[in-house]
Amino acid sequence: MFRPCLRPSFSWASFRRYTSTEGPAPRVCVVGSGPAGFYTAQHLLNHGPPQLRVDLLERLPVPFGLVRFGVAPDHPEVKNVDHTFTKIAKNPRVQFYGNLHVGVDVKVRELRQLYDIVILSYGAAQDRKLGVPGEELSNVISARSFVGFYNGLPEDAALAMNLDVEDAAVIGIGNVALDVARVLLTPIDTLRQTDITDAALAQLSQSRIKRVFVIGRRGPLQVSFTIKELREMVNLEGCSAVFNPDDFRPFQSVAPLLKRPRKRLTELMLKTALTPPTEKQLKLWGPAPPKSWELRLLRSPLAILGSDSSVSGVQLGVNRLDGPNLTEDQAVVSTGEVETLECGLVLKSIGYKSVKVEEGIPFDEQRGVIPNVNGKVPDEPGLYCSGWLATGPKGVIVDTMNESYRVGAQILEDLKLDHISVQANRTEELRTLLDQRQVKVVNFVDWEKIDETEKLWGASKGKPREKITEVQSLISVVKKP
Amino acid sequence: MALRHLGRMAMKKCWAPRLLASSQRAFHPSLARFDQEVSVTFELSDGRKQTTQAKIGQNLLDIVVDNEIDIDGFGACEGTLACSTCHLIFKQADFDRIQDEVTDEELDMLDLAYDLTDTSRLGCQVCMTKELDGISVKVPESINDQR
Repeated sequence: MFRPCLRPSFSWASFRRYTSTEGPAPRVCVVGSGPAGFYTAQHLLNHGPPQLRVDLLERLPVPFGLVRFGVAPDHPEVKNVDHTFTKIAKNPRVQFYGNLHVGVDVKVRELRQLYDIVILSYGAAQDRKLGVPGEELSNVISARSFVGFYNGLPEDAALAMNLDVEDAAVIGIGNVALDVARVLLTPIDTLRQTDITDAALAQLSQSRIKRVFVIGRRGPLQVSFTIKELREMVNLEGCSAVFNPDDFRPFQSVAPLLKRPRKRLTELMLKTALTPPTEKQLKLWGPAPPKSWELRLLRSPLAILGSDSSVSGVQLGVNRLDGPNLTEDQAVVSTGEVETLECGLVLKSIGYKSVKVEEGIPFDEQRGVIPNVNGKVPDEPGLYCSGWLATGPKGVIVDTMNESYRVGAQILEDLKLDHISVQANRTEELRTLLDQRQVKVVNFVDWEKIDETEKLWGASKGKPREKITEVQSLISVVKKP
Repeated sequence: MALRHLGRMAMKKCWAPRLLASSQRAFHPSLARFDQEVSVTFELSDGRKQTTQAKIGQNLLDIVVDNEIDIDGFGACEGTLACSTCHLIFKQADFDRIQDEVTDEELDMLDLAYDLTDTSRLGCQVCMTKELDGISVKVPESINDQR
């Protein structure tokens, strides 16, 4: 719903100030075309000076970041947000530069020269490590890579994993953990109708996985996944949810005292653990569910067991919550007790982290984020960050949306207060630089051709889309070699 | 099966078929008897109010879209119960008059909404009825609440 000016939520006083054609047009560069990049751009376009222009840079030849490569294939509704992003990208004041690797093809410090405002929103592309022995064994897979694999992320297209096993452990209790567990447990014919890649379907159709254990260090009041994802997991076709009642019973007394949303989330876990399945569940699960899953909390992985060729299990330290009162911020301590969970596949899902784009750009290695206040990078006038690069990897798209709007508001505030110097009459263009360096930029019209190609390819298989998973193949759709 | 159809099932059909293209959505020939106008006021987060006419049977997300009421980020998942961006806050008396019952799935999404209240609903799940004629709903603040 883009409307460039006359926004009703705009006060006339500030509107006039912005519409003044006397000031030079601020030039904005957004690095990364996921939700954070698009929503930050949207705020600037909708609420900023009407002559403001945005260049949107993307490392891959395709836009939308985690909407394309993160959102699970069986959540097509969530991907509807790409319609909003498409409208933003088609705004005449926006230019999309795909297949442009910032830090490699062009440096951030060069962008700082070319633009008045640079917003880094390239997300979090790396995993956190467990840091336990056995982590390097084969079939210990990062959930991020598995997600990338089934969503067609080029760098994960060749992921090697062995699904010829019965038990899998997913370590982590966020939405990514439940996403990968769900994809492993969903009937293959259901997945066939999604935009999951053919390569992933080929792997999953060979899968013998029967049981998935979702393992978390913390307790039931501290899980990070959201209730929608949990509700899907307890209503899976042919897959029962079998939790150990003893693990959850102690929380019965505190659940009614919690505040929403924690209350509803906890109640759903308790209901799953402590009450017989509902009629709806019995119908979905079937009389003898071929698959099952368990949420096993208060367990820390101590080591991954196995020989060099395969994983045989995970050694888990049993934890307890410290102190007499069960609360959300209770500390977790080890009981000293150790148990072994047998499994042939381990998926690590303990969080993403961002990587530094290049030397000289402020970066907090510890937290894996760019240090910032409301997206503003201290001591770097005109440099901002938004999304997971700014906040750390947390929340759903609506959270990133709100955070990004906030960063956009901060930028407009800084523009108003002249904290950002807007240079008039810029002659140097990013495009000139890229031409000199012979970078094959994929623009938004190119992307729409790729989009159309993928949809056609998918339609021939009864899928909404078949993703092209190699960078070169994506480029060759629109560029002659 | 369940997963695949979840999105479509979630779409609030009210009495007006929600699957029609946006331009057709507001009014459908077969729904002539519902072609009765009611009014609804949206209280935007900057304090301004915008009143618009709507048809009985239209849901509040469609009313926002069809009348081009400009709320950034509103209805990101386009009424498929996959986000909480069409969160609206009702007055208690209006809230009690809403015919569409709230489902677990809607509550699940509302749980992720900012400024959640006891009289919050998702606009995509609430259809206008005669009883709701003249209501005023609040669009929650999303940007400045945590600054």
